[in-house]
Order: sequence, then structure tokens, then C-alpha cells
Amino acid sequence: PQVVWSMLGNRQFCSYKMTTKTQNFCRNEYNLTGLCNRSSCPLANSQYATVREEKGRCYLYMKTIERAAFPRRLWERVLLSKNYEKALEEIDENLIYWPRFIRHKCKQRFTKITQYLIRIRKLTLKRQRKLVPLRRKIERRENRREEKALIAAQLDNAIEKELLERLKQDTYGDIYNFPIHAFDKALQQQDAESESESDAEREEEDDDDDEDVDKREFVEAEDSELSDFEDMDKLETSSEEEQEEEEEVEKKASHSKSKGKTPLKGPARRKRPHIEIEYEEETEPSTKTKAA
Amino acid sequence: AGAGSGPVPGDGAGPPATERVLFPPTFSVSEIKNKQRRHFMFLRWKQQQRKEKLALKKKRRKEREALGDKAPPKAVPKTIENQRVYDETTVDPNDEEVAFDEATDEFAPYFNRQTVPKILITTSDRPRGRTVRFCEQLATVIPNSHVYYRRGLALKRIIPQCIARDFTDLIVINEDRKIPNGLVLSHLPDGPTAHFRMSSVRLRKEIKRKGKEPTEHVPEVILNNFTTRLGHSIGRMFAALFPHDPQFIGRQVATFHNQRDYIFFRFHRYIFKSEKKVGIQELGPRFTLKLRSLQKGTFDSKFGEYEWIHKRREMDTSRRKFHL
Repeated sequence: PQVVWSMLGNRQFCSYKMTTKTQNFCRNEYNLTGLCNRSSCPLANSQYATVREEKGRCYLYMKTIERAAFPRRLWERVLLSKNYEKALEEIDENLIYWPRFIRHKCKQRFTKITQYLIRIRKLTLKRQRKLVPLRRKIERRENRREEKALIAAQLDNAIEKELLERLKQDTYGDIYNFPIHAFDKALQQQDAESESESDAEREEEDDDDDEDVDKREFVEAEDSELSDFEDMDKLETSSEEEQEEEEEVEKKASHSKSKGKTPLKGPARRKRPHIEIEYEEETEPSTKTKAA
Repeated sequence: AGAGSGPVPGDGAGPPATERVLFPPTFSVSEIKNKQRRHFMFLRWKQQQRKEKLALKKKRRKEREALGDKAPPKAVPKTIENQRVYDETTVDPNDEEVAFDEATDEFAPYFNRQTVPKILITTSDRPRGRTVRFCEQLATVIPNSHVYYRRGLALKRIIPQCIARDFTDLIVINEDRKIPNGLVLSHLPDGPTAHFRMSSVRLRKEIKRKGKEPTEHVPEVILNNFTTRLGHSIGRMFAALFPHDPQFIGRQVATFHNQRDYIFFRFHRYIFKSEKKVGIQELGPRFTLKLRSLQKGTFDSKFGEYEWIHKRREMDTSRRKFHL
């Protein structure tokens, strides 16, 4: 009691005591408050009580002077009811005639314990976050492999190649006018009249790289390795559609606006002189067909 | 030691006697104790090696030209892609079975143009700023997509609601320590669910470019290098995110490029400078994905039927074996 405290409390060593900068804590599992005080040290008080919980049930532990000689029977355990108010009453009736401090602290501790038990039960119902440990070696390995794969992929080149492929395979239809393509189209297109019409219209426009193609449906050419049968069918139908073109002449203003959207202006300007030269060549075949 | 340091270098002002080189004595450069001299000797040794190599190359080239047509073909360097272990599930473009499968799997309605994709993008609980911004950018990249906050809802309960509201795809971006690191892509009317590990996410402002944001046009889709059956199904999943009719006016293209089991996603704007040249400019976020598992039905971690899981012990044994 008094002697014990004068030994352990401040002067000599207590293995349960943990000191921090501002406070001392008591690690004893029967401690009521968790602090290392004269009034809350289970070793230094011969009459002591705590509330502890085990597997979701709360027990009241009591220690009295009479049993101080029998360490095995020192702590007496009383099961508290699950009902909150009833348990409080049980604490009261068990700790009747005990000092106020211990009674009060026991009830406080019991309250806190029940609250955290409720929270545990609520949380387990919600989704649990599963923590998967990262393995450092594996992470490093994967990062390295990713970098190497990135270098090996040469993404820009691959994308450019794919886009040029699509251009060659005519998935873009008539939007982009390049000399060779225009010639091919001029030769291949069956409907001469529509072609001459379109040429005439094109002559009026100064620059018409992008026409309004909303009315046309283009097949999204997917993975060239897929070579979907469905898509192949659709490609053919779309090429038929191309021949029955309905073009809407875009004014230069709106067109320049759409050009304004694009970030690259240099190459766009470079395009125009190319196109102007084009038209002179194009009219020849059409006039030829007309004459014929 | 005396034999080694023939021309004493002084302060490394190399003696003009580099031509009259005094190798090969039987010493090695590492025997000189003086660091400066040793360094100098080493540099000279290196120069000599380089010269020899160059000479060898020239000689070989001369021999090639001398032989002309009879020259042996150039040796192709071995790359990992060359040495890749042949995967028996590689799709042959003319495979009928594959074509039949694809005509009847869950993506058939999409590829037959019966359904228009509508996508729901969401995150895990309590997303941090980076993830939120990434979701927004992703929503601008993928047309017809909506971002909704999660607020602690269970996925299993969201899914029936999504189906009721006609969504075709669900994307969940998982976050850890304030960066997105996982992606769950689920095709909704009980389609396959793919779980990816996402890495090296770059938001739009972190990409070095001076362009503007992606417009509302429907982008084109490029799917590169999806060769095996598994890769095929994943590729179709990605394709099903985008509407079938790209608007070529927009000149935007979204690329999913598979390389050694890593899928790189990029979003570019292209412009054809001439017939043979195209310029691309990167806009939009970029990220890389690595497939972790593919499930048959919608997202269900406990009872789902897994079509493919990445098992590290079995699948990572060879450096030249890839699954996608």
C-alpha cells in the first residue's frame, strides 16, 4: 500500500510504468485509468476494481485486502449484463461502499468499452478494406519491366504507323486530300457526275480539308489483327455510301474556326499551297470524262 | 610499376604520343595506384578499344559491300519480342472459332451496334484530389461517361442500379495513398470484369505539351498488339467503351498499346502533314495498366468465376513469356 507506492511510484523501478515527456502511464492490465498515479495503481492500492472486456463481454474485476495473500484468487471477476443500464446498476451494487473515485472511473471505463464494441460491430458490417501487402522486390521488378516495355513499345511510332495505315486503307474517306489519293479516287469512283459536282464544289472552296462528315457513318477500324468479319462487311457498305456523297460546303470562316481548334497551325498552313496546286490537276480528268 | 607508367601524364594533358602507343605490356590499368594516372590510362585504353571497334566495323562493312549480293543476310538482333515464348492461344486472324466466339459473347450487341456505350466512372471511398481530377479527365476522354462519387456504397448494390439506368460499363478507380493505383473495368449487363493494376498516371497538366483540352468529338480507337485470346477479349472490352462511330473531324485518337503485358493508354490529336507523315500531339491523361484478373460475371470477389488470375509463382517464371 503506502510502502509499495513509495517504492514503486516515484523512486524505484516499476516495470509497468511508461514515462513520456508530459505524463506517466501504467501498462498494467488491471489499471483503471491507464495513468500512473497513487490512486490508480493496482499494485499500490489494496482495494481496487476495474472493468475489462473479453470477447465482447464485460467483466468487473475486484481486488480486496483479504485476498492480498493469495495472488491466485486476488482478482474476483463478475460478469456484467449486456444491457447497459443493468450493467451500470450491477457495478454499483458490487462496488457499494467503495470509494467514489473507483466507482466513477469503473463506470466511465465501462461506458467507453461498450461504445467501442458497438463501433466494432458496426464496422464489420460495412465493407472492410483489405490491405494487401506490397512486396518490394516485386514492385521494383514490375516498375523496371514497365519502363523497358515502354521503351520497347515506341508508342509514337506505332501510333503514327497505325494512322498512316488507316489513311491508306481509306477509312477516313474523303477528308484528307493528298495528290496520289485524289488521283486514285478519281479513277476508281464510278459515279462520274457526283465526282464532277464535288470537284466543282471543291473548286469554290479555298481549303476544305475537313468536310462535314456527320452524315456519313465511318467504320471505326479496330485492331488490324482482329480483321473482324463484321467490320469487313461494314467497310464495303460504307464505301458504297461514299459514292453517294452529300457534301455540305463549308465556309472558310467556319472552317478556319475549326482549324483554330487544332493546336498545330504551322503544318496546316503548309497544306494550303499543296491543295491549290491539286485542283488544277484534278479538273483535267473530269473535263475529259465530260467531253467523252 | 615502372613499365606501366610509360608517358607520365602530369595533369592529364595528354601526351601527344597517343599514336605511338606503348601497349600491350602485361600490366593492367588497375595496377596503378595513383588515381589520376590510373584514370588517364584508363581513358586511353578506352579510346583504343573504341578505335579498334570502329576499325572492325569498317572492315566488316567493306566485306559486305565487296560481296555484294552474295553477302550473308544481316544479323537480326534478338529482342524480347523476338524471343517470346510461343503462346498457344495466339489468335490467328482467320480463326473461325474465334470469330464465332466473338460473335456470340457479351460484346456482340455492342459490335452489332445495338447498344450505345454509357459509362459510369467512380472511385473507391474518399478519393483524394489527384484521383478526382484524374476521373474528370478520364470522363472527358471517354465520351458519354459520367463520374459519380462513391460515398461508401457497396459495389454489389450499385451494379443493379446501374443496369437499371442503362449503363453499359462501370469503371472503378482504386486509390491508395492519394494516387490511383487500380482499375476495375466491368461490362455491365453481366459482362466480364477486368481488374488492372494502374501505374504511372500522368494528369493533363503534367504532360509536356502546349495543346488544348480534348473536344467533345468521339475519338478513334487504336488497339495494338493484343494477340492471344485473353488479349483479344481485353481488347474488345476496351473497344466497347467508345462509341462505334468516331468523328474524324475531331482528329483525336485513344490508343491502347499492349507491350509485354503492359497496356499503355495514350490520347493524342493527330494531323496529317502529308501523305507519308503524320504529326501527333499528346493531350489527355496517360496511364499504364497491367491485368491482374479477369472474371466472367460482374464484379464479385468471393463467388465470381475467374477466367484468368495472375499467379505470380506460375506465370512469372520466364522472362519471355507473356499472356496478353
